Amino acid sequence: MAELSNYLPGVMSKTETELREIFLDQVNAVPAGERIKRCIQCGTCTGSCPVSYAMDISPRELIALFRAGEMERIMKSRTIWICASCYACTTRCPSGIKITDTIYALKRTAMEKHLETTAPQVQTLASLFIDNLMRYGRLHEGTLIRRYYTKTGVWKFLDLIPLGMKMWKTKRIAILPKKIKAHASLSRIIKKAQDIEIRHMKEKLEYAPEFVGYRGLGDMKLEQRKGEQS
Amino acid sequence: MKYAYYPGCSLEKTQRGYDESVREVFKTLDQELIEIDDWNCCGATVYMSVKETVSLAVSSRNLALAEKMGLDIMAPCSSCFTVLSKTNRVLNEIPEMHQDVNEALADGGLSYSGKTNVRHPLDILMNDVGIDAILKKQKQNLNGLKIAPYYGCQIVRPDKTFDDHENPVLMDRLFRKCGGEMVYFPMKVRCCGGMLMTTFEETALKLNKELLACAQDNGADVIVTTCPLCHFNLEAYQDKINKKFNTHFNTPILYFTQLLGIVFGLPPKTIGLDSSFIPLGQKISSLTETHYA
Repeated sequence: MAELSNYLPGVMSKTETELREIFLDQVNAVPAGERIKRCIQCGTCTGSCPVSYAMDISPRELIALFRAGEMERIMKSRTIWICASCYACTTRCPSGIKITDTIYALKRTAMEKHLETTAPQVQTLASLFIDNLMRYGRLHEGTLIRRYYTKTGVWKFLDLIPLGMKMWKTKRIAILPKKIKAHASLSRIIKKAQDIEIRHMKEKLEYAPEFVGYRGLGDMKLEQRKGEQS
Repeated sequence: MKYAYYPGCSLEKTQRGYDESVREVFKTLDQELIEIDDWNCCGATVYMSVKETVSLAVSSRNLALAEKMGLDIMAPCSSCFTVLSKTNRVLNEIPEMHQDVNEALADGGLSYSGKTNVRHPLDILMNDVGIDAILKKQKQNLNGLKIAPYYGCQIVRPDKTFDDHENPVLMDRLFRKCGGEMVYFPMKVRCCGGMLMTTFEETALKLNKELLACAQDNGADVIVTTCPLCHFNLEAYQDKINKKFNTHFNTPILYFTQLLGIVFGLPPKTIGLDSSFIPLGQKISSLTETHYA
């Protein structure tokens, strides 16, 4: 069945199984993350999203695709990278689904698998941001922007010159980054947290073809709603 | 009251107007701010999208330092505010995560119980200090200045915070009492795009154009903000927006603490009014000139 799985409707491929495994792990780390099961496909999220017009897959469709076993398509979308995390969807969802946090979980899944995406600049910014934080303990915007544009398009610097001048005139530029005093201690904390994450990563997955569904969330208990029978 | 002050990275320099005005306003109201010694970057929304445990450990270090001081933490930056609150929520709701974070913090000689309260200055001003105490210090009436109050996303969402998700009112209440006129501004919690200005510029420019247009169409003299990123997007990109959409925006953007500083009659330089990119215009200048010609 393993070889056939790509052709059988409703059966998940190996990549799909792997991606779901990681994603569901991430969802488990979101408080009330399991409510993703409650989606009624009403589209309130999409209607509330200020950037859904620029997405290739709407937030509602994300959940539908996840249900249908199309994680690979989700991973290739620009949707998860264009989410500005404004939480408009989360506060309006009638089923209480943590949509923004779920999109974070999808981002982390893609980052963990080092997948190629349609919006590599977001990962570039994220990794430079983190590098900046690790080096100094605080963010130095000047360094971050300089390195970001060096990687994504040096010509964009020209665009920034007038803005830089204004910032200089109003004394809003710190030329050199400053390290925090307890930098060594912060680095130890980060190192340890990284070790813990690696420790939690699953051993190599054993693949057995399965039908799509909420596997992995199955044994999670949903909180009971008012008037609901157990 | 005393608070552990967590300025956050952007307030150090690029948004010095926010930092300066927060400090001055709190001083005027006899509230003590003690800056957390050697705080670190909270990781912002970026870190959360990459590594969960690490991002929680990084932001928890600040919460642990504030806990040692025995004070509530005050974070003016909306992103810091959300990240720190979210860290609390995750640690309190998922015990395994709390354990992991404490294991990491131990390597830096710290531990954190999950109990530090995270507060925004708007919350403190309206709920701890109170409007009566604020009005006692008023020296300047806002004389019907037309204000568009822009709350942004991250202080009113995602969790139960100190104001409504869809229609927050604290800033409206505050400045109406000070003599300002709050214009109809239905986009008060609409997203400015945040970091998208760097990664998806076109989308972010459109979002900000809509915000500026909404304020202008309703006759606002000024947009008042609570977040460094909203502030920067609205202020620094007006030229670019004008060029791209063929508009003529020239709307001054002020932090709510700067406007409050004006109400208190504080010298413009001490509340960072000199750091504005856009001319404040005759109406605002006349309010500051009364006391410091």
